[in-house]
Amino acid sequence: MSIRAPRKGENYELSVDLNSEYREKRKDAIKRTIASMTVGKDVSGLFPDVLKNMQTDDLEQKKLVYLYLMNYAKTQPELVILAVNTFVKDTDDPNPLVRALAIRTMGCLRAEKIIDYLCDPLQKCLRDENPYVRKTAALCVAKIYDLKPELVIDNGFLDQLHEMIADSNPMVVANTVAALSDIHVSATSQPSTSSSDPGIFSITTSILNKLLIALNECSEWGRVAILNALARYVAQDEKESEHICERVVPQFQHVNGSVVLAAVKVIMIHMRGVRREELLKQLIRKMAPPLVTLLSSPPEVQWVALRNINLLLQKQPDILSNEMRVFFCKYNDPLYVKVEKLDIMVRLASEKNVDALLSELREYASEVDVDFVRKSIKAIGQTAVKIDVAAERCVNVLLDLIATRVSYVVQEAVVVMKDIFRKYPSTYEGVIPTLCANLDELDEPEAKASLIWIIGEYANKIDNADELLGIFVDSFTEESYPVQLQTLTAVVKLFLNKPDSAQGIVQRVLTTATKDCDSPDVRDRAYIYWRLLSTDPGAAKAVVLAHRPPISIPRTTVSPALLEELLGEISSLASVYHKPEETFVGRGRIGADAVRKGTDLSDDRFSAQKALQTVVAGQQAENLLDFDDAPAEDGQPSGLAATEVLSQTPAAANLLAGTSTNPLDDLVSIFGGGGAGMSAGAPGGFGFGGAQAGFGSGMSPVTPSLAAPMAGLSLGGLGQTPTTPAPPQPQPQSQQDDLLGLF
Amino acid sequence: MISAFFIFNQKGEVLISRLYRTDFKRSIADVFRIQVVSNSDVRSPIITLGSTSFFHVRINNLYVVAVTKNNANAALVFEFCYRFINIAKSYFGKIDEESVKNNFVLIYELIDEISDFGYPQNSEIDTLKSYITTESVVSSAIAAEESSKITTQATGATSWRRGDVKYKKNEAFVDVVETVNLSMSAKGTVLRADVDGHIQMRAYLSGTPECKFGLNDKLVIDKGDRGISDAVELDDCRFHQCVRLHDFDATRTISFIPPDGEFELMRYRSTSNVKLPLRIIPSVTEIGTSQVAYTVTVKANFNNKLSATNVVLRIPTPLNTTTVECKVATGKAKYVPAENVIVWKIPRIQGGSECTFTGTASLTITTTRQVWARPPIDVDFQVLMFTASGLIVRFLKVFEKSNYQSVKWVRYLTKASGTYQIRF
Repeated sequence: MSIRAPRKGENYELSVDLNSEYREKRKDAIKRTIASMTVGKDVSGLFPDVLKNMQTDDLEQKKLVYLYLMNYAKTQPELVILAVNTFVKDTDDPNPLVRALAIRTMGCLRAEKIIDYLCDPLQKCLRDENPYVRKTAALCVAKIYDLKPELVIDNGFLDQLHEMIADSNPMVVANTVAALSDIHVSATSQPSTSSSDPGIFSITTSILNKLLIALNECSEWGRVAILNALARYVAQDEKESEHICERVVPQFQHVNGSVVLAAVKVIMIHMRGVRREELLKQLIRKMAPPLVTLLSSPPEVQWVALRNINLLLQKQPDILSNEMRVFFCKYNDPLYVKVEKLDIMVRLASEKNVDALLSELREYASEVDVDFVRKSIKAIGQTAVKIDVAAERCVNVLLDLIATRVSYVVQEAVVVMKDIFRKYPSTYEGVIPTLCANLDELDEPEAKASLIWIIGEYANKIDNADELLGIFVDSFTEESYPVQLQTLTAVVKLFLNKPDSAQGIVQRVLTTATKDCDSPDVRDRAYIYWRLLSTDPGAAKAVVLAHRPPISIPRTTVSPALLEELLGEISSLASVYHKPEETFVGRGRIGADAVRKGTDLSDDRFSAQKALQTVVAGQQAENLLDFDDAPAEDGQPSGLAATEVLSQTPAAANLLAGTSTNPLDDLVSIFGGGGAGMSAGAPGGFGFGGAQAGFGSGMSPVTPSLAAPMAGLSLGGLGQTPTTPAPPQPQPQSQQDDLLGLF
Repeated sequence: MISAFFIFNQKGEVLISRLYRTDFKRSIADVFRIQVVSNSDVRSPIITLGSTSFFHVRINNLYVVAVTKNNANAALVFEFCYRFINIAKSYFGKIDEESVKNNFVLIYELIDEISDFGYPQNSEIDTLKSYITTESVVSSAIAAEESSKITTQATGATSWRRGDVKYKKNEAFVDVVETVNLSMSAKGTVLRADVDGHIQMRAYLSGTPECKFGLNDKLVIDKGDRGISDAVELDDCRFHQCVRLHDFDATRTISFIPPDGEFELMRYRSTSNVKLPLRIIPSVTEIGTSQVAYTVTVKANFNNKLSATNVVLRIPTPLNTTTVECKVATGKAKYVPAENVIVWKIPRIQGGSECTFTGTASLTITTTRQVWARPPIDVDFQVLMFTASGLIVRFLKVFEKSNYQSVKWVRYLTKASGTYQIRF
């Protein structure tokens, strides 16, 4: 027996009260014990005293004692044996609530010692005449499987569960399905799973019919369980797919949002088997209103819905084409909802509704939250890139915003203007003077670099370009690297356009960059330019002033294969994060399989890389976050999650660092463009073919053949920036290292 | 599925902790405290660390948190959290730190009943109340029979209703409650106007009544077939689980066996032909940098016999406002510096009438040249016997074996709270 606690203090008092001769006093003592337990005090010493109060007619007291037992059974396995008798007796009680309570609690004790005593009562309860007991017993099987799978298999509980799918009570069916699915998941996550594993729950046609019948009768949560099982069913033929869709569609009208999303999932999966155009159209049409209705749910549910709507729109862009207005942000929406709505609005933007959209976006750009304002301005730029006819209106809105002279608004607008210039070259040159007038306001590297890019690009049309660039050349060593790189390129562009007047400035910037700069990237780029210019100015022109491919908004933010996978998991965490499950659920056998799956798909190169990174990051996070020992010390956000919270914190930023240390999209793609231009214009002219390939990989959408061999090399270098229109960029570091060897 | 359920107070102290699965220790509560409660910049309701995900909902001064270890169903987890909140509200009247602390025993009972092994179970409030009560239940032979009935009900095909309900007077009350969402641009054009409606029913009917429910004759549910302009169009409707969704899908009839007592029969959404009960005409001019002049007019756009009550306008003022001079003929207007708004309360506005607020806000001179964001004017109100969508209940038929007469009452209410926004 355990050593008695000293005869004073809280626990001693509790112990005295627990042994009191008065019923009320004992009950009160149990309540106090539970209260202490909740706040984290150790009351395990009272185990024998609490146990004495287990046998009672008072249901509430029984529940309290059970609650205590569930918490401390693991630490006091010897003593739990003492409770077994009462439990077994309770499973014979005439009151079904007591029977169910006993079987439910026994399953939760999770002590190896008593689990063998559980089998007989469970056998009985699975056949109980009362459905409430049966549905509790069904889940209990899953609990035991979690602890000791052999026991479940040896006792034939699995077969019994399979029989229970035909139960007359829908709730029992639902819980049975939940239990079997739970067992299925844990069985398949074992590395040694074979297809004959008894834990595997394969849904046959006869099960399907039973599920479809139970679906309409059971509780909301049960419907979700059944719908999830239906999602796993593989339809035999088209007729069956149609049948499933028709039976599931009414669930769109359910008041519970998770039922609606589960139904959407089933439809999205089984729609793949439907060929009849008319039915497909009808399904899509019926899906839209319930999705919109989800937007009047509480913000958290709304957010989940919005993330899923975003996915659905990538697959079916026209599903909500007339509904843009419902995505307008309310002033008091939480930020995460607003940001998601912005993204969806841009997706829904079309010539018809672009005016309404722009006036909304402009409104948002005057709100208080800096982050949201920036995203709104970005959205204006994306709209401009997406809809050609609206580009001019977008530019006008941006000019209005620049006129407000609010620092972050101006900076973001400049960055956005750069994208518009890339999409519509030489169209909005009239804007340049306004942008240049705000030169002094810029203090963020991205904004500076964008403006410098614009100046460099239109150097031949800006009279005082050398003057403007001169400012940046003067402060060259104080600028951040992206700005330095951009200044370098812009000055070279200027020189190529106006060789006479810019001779001095180009000399100055090349000298500073090669001599006084401590970034290898900047030095290397300066060397390359220098050599290019000195060996063959014509080739330099071909490289630096090469024609750049126009940018466009990607229709999907994830690869097609991943999109299909995520659509099959609608409303799950994976679909919320837009990331495959393996990236955030550690099972110990992630990695190779998941990655290979990605690389097999030829068009899936970038997301495969990305998946790999997130897997690695996820594993790191797993190691960092050891819940068992001292999580309290783990104050630094260390995990990598898809949430923005973390990507903004330093640790996560480091984890992400593999993807993009370089915030300047256009910079590298310009350089890449140069590489592409070079390979096209003057193949092998300059003895650094390796460099070509290196830059080429940044441009792989344009030069896939060059990029392919590089994909493995630039591991961690390729990242997809989902919303920025520029193509993915290589991480200069690794490629530049290769270059160094060549010089 | 859900591995653990917690309730934290504002300081991050654990008030309730229930681990449904043992894949981690109680100390994960500390992780949540560090990551969310003491983090001032939380930008997502889900946080994933390693493979552990924390789903949280803030309500009053509490965090309701569910923890999962797998690729959980996010919508289900949040719906579950909100269901818990509703159940708690219904049991304790409100949910805050005090009520949770005072009722923790009951809360443990409840969360064990509504979720087993992390799978949500029966969470119908009425049914729960029949066997989880604040008084202690003594298990005896008589109780056993009673429990047997309860459990059959809790799991049955009509889990929401007992069979042996008896009333002397059979009555059914139907409340149609509509919430208007409006956002109007500064130029007075309607950017978005829609109605979230729900039909609340209180059924005091004996036996197992079969109900049929009819709405407007010219009702267009599911906007595929347009054409009639004065018809009431519902974009979408959703029903309580008692409604036979298959019947609705096939023939558009709403038939059901109602739960006993109060429940939400139906929710719907309508975006066309929305009648806006109140029209707000704001005129706000910034005079130099030291003053802002306001003239805000409210017009009641409905039948003279009706009236809007509890009208509250929140008119934003710049952050550097010192004082506001308010002039109103009806109601009371007051500057509330803490929220940077002028609150104008009007107890009642008769249909067809209008009232005006004029005022001047004096500003302090500031050095920073910050543009005023001009948040929208927000209007709260209630209008009885008016539906913004035009929806009308035509009939409610009750069929029961004993063929009794039943009395039905219908009420309409249109309201707005925090959703009626006018930019200026």
